[in-house]
Amino acid sequence: MNIVVCVKHIPDPNLPPQMDGHRLKREGVQGVLDPGDEFGVEAGLQLKETHGGEVTLVSMGPAAAIEAVRKGLSMGADKGVLVSDEALQEADALVTARVLAAAIARHPFDLVIAGVESTDGYTGTMPSTLAEFLGVPQVTFAKHLEPAADGIRVQRQTAEGYHVVECPFPAVITVTAGVNEPRYASFKGIMSAKKKPLEQLSLADLGIGSDDVARKQQVIELAPADQRKAGEVIQDDGSGAQRISEFLVDAKVI
Amino acid sequence: MTKTWVFAEVSPDGKVEAGALELLTKARSLGGEVEAVALGPGATEAAAQLGEYGASAVHASDDSVYTDYVAQPAAEALHQLSRQRSPDLILFSMTYDSRDIAGRLSAKTGSTLMSNVTDILSPDRARTAVFGGATLVDVELEGSPKLLLVRPKSFVPEPSGGQAQIVPMDVQISDDAKKAKRVERHEEEASGPKLEDAPVIIAGGRGLQDAENFKLLDELASAIGNAAVGATRAVVDAGWVPYSMQIGQTGKTVKPGVYIAVGISGATQHIVGMKGAKRIVAINKDEDAPIFQIADLGIVGDALKILPQVTEEIKARKG
Repeated sequence: MNIVVCVKHIPDPNLPPQMDGHRLKREGVQGVLDPGDEFGVEAGLQLKETHGGEVTLVSMGPAAAIEAVRKGLSMGADKGVLVSDEALQEADALVTARVLAAAIARHPFDLVIAGVESTDGYTGTMPSTLAEFLGVPQVTFAKHLEPAADGIRVQRQTAEGYHVVECPFPAVITVTAGVNEPRYASFKGIMSAKKKPLEQLSLADLGIGSDDVARKQQVIELAPADQRKAGEVIQDDGSGAQRISEFLVDAKVI
Repeated sequence: MTKTWVFAEVSPDGKVEAGALELLTKARSLGGEVEAVALGPGATEAAAQLGEYGASAVHASDDSVYTDYVAQPAAEALHQLSRQRSPDLILFSMTYDSRDIAGRLSAKTGSTLMSNVTDILSPDRARTAVFGGATLVDVELEGSPKLLLVRPKSFVPEPSGGQAQIVPMDVQISDDAKKAKRVERHEEEASGPKLEDAPVIIAGGRGLQDAENFKLLDELASAIGNAAVGATRAVVDAGWVPYSMQIGQTGKTVKPGVYIAVGISGATQHIVGMKGAKRIVAINKDEDAPIFQIADLGIVGDALKILPQVTEEIKARKG
């Protein structure tokens, strides 16, 4: 089984975000492999372990994004591809999908796995746009997955429960956080990752022109929202419960 | 003249997903023509309600291909329809299915797609909020059709009392679009009011320490009455409670009268889904928890001790 996992390098979500003009600052800040993508890498590794094959990581981002690919390799993926280009600095989900599709389509694949949405941008549309560019079906929000005849059987999250969706290969799926327990990179994994193939590509390598990555949306203004004000914060000295019930009476809900 | 379409998800019994009614209401204020697209069993029946909220026409098909297969048939239909009729703007409610449909459509049309929209300022300008709602971002959109995925509860639905003309569709769905097939549907049982409608919500996070302790929330909810219980992504991911209870960026957006956050630190992903609550009460052991920055009343203490006390207090008050 040829498995491709999309990974993204993002500013550490546990640190306060820094802006570079109207954009999130991505270079010169502490970065990590998107925690949501670790579930994708783990899903790929588990499928490989039970069904054989190869796991290839594909990423797009500045040069520093190579760290996210290395992290995935040290978890156990076989090889990595990073598309880096100055022209991609302001790429939106549509452009990202176009670029990743071009990088992925160079080789035959059975399954592309991604997280449901990135932790920094959370547009949540890149994977289905990617599936359309690749000309394959997509099953998003997988909370459980298992191989089926020539394809995959997925429990897909819905607002009120889940649907079971069956889909033939090749396909794109997205996995929710919690679909599995991502493994830690072992010392041996970290050492061997350094020797694994890691390809770096530019847009020209993929035959994509700068017109194909022109943005069609532009941030024109950032402004602070009206903030809720913090109310009273008290230490519970035994009267906390009474304060809450008085609050509820005041709010006329009891 | 601007032509705005609202993509409306419908149930087999002809009910329109709430977000679509919010979008129709907003679409009316943009001026120009407002039409809806409804696909799948129940679409024709739903046209009356779509008209009532402002659609002058509904492009409808009751074909079950749209519900049997995920996203692809709907994306093909929307693509063909938009080539025939050239809408300037297509609005989607940010649901599981519409995300995928809009995502695929964006690749087909090559047009811009904006997610997490919280306001539409004009036909070519929309707003979103980032950093847990602390910063508003206004975005100018080019090309057409512009595709917007709008967060639920961004607008208040108001009927216009109109009537829609049903327009049959002339589209062909390819066999390639019939790949990802829904073979089973499961609904998780929930008692009491739905999260989206409940006037009071009690939500639990990691601070509850154990799945078992969620029963303390259930007990408080039944003491209050007309209250629903929700959860953070962390405890849903941990398998404590079903996903249908999740409030946040992924999960439900709620705007109750009172929101009681129990053992919830206040991660951005959660705040996005509940900051619209009229009043917020927070109970947390950690006095530095970000949730206290937006709470009207914050109690620093042990939720496992305080919750049963609140339940008893309320029972006593109600007699």
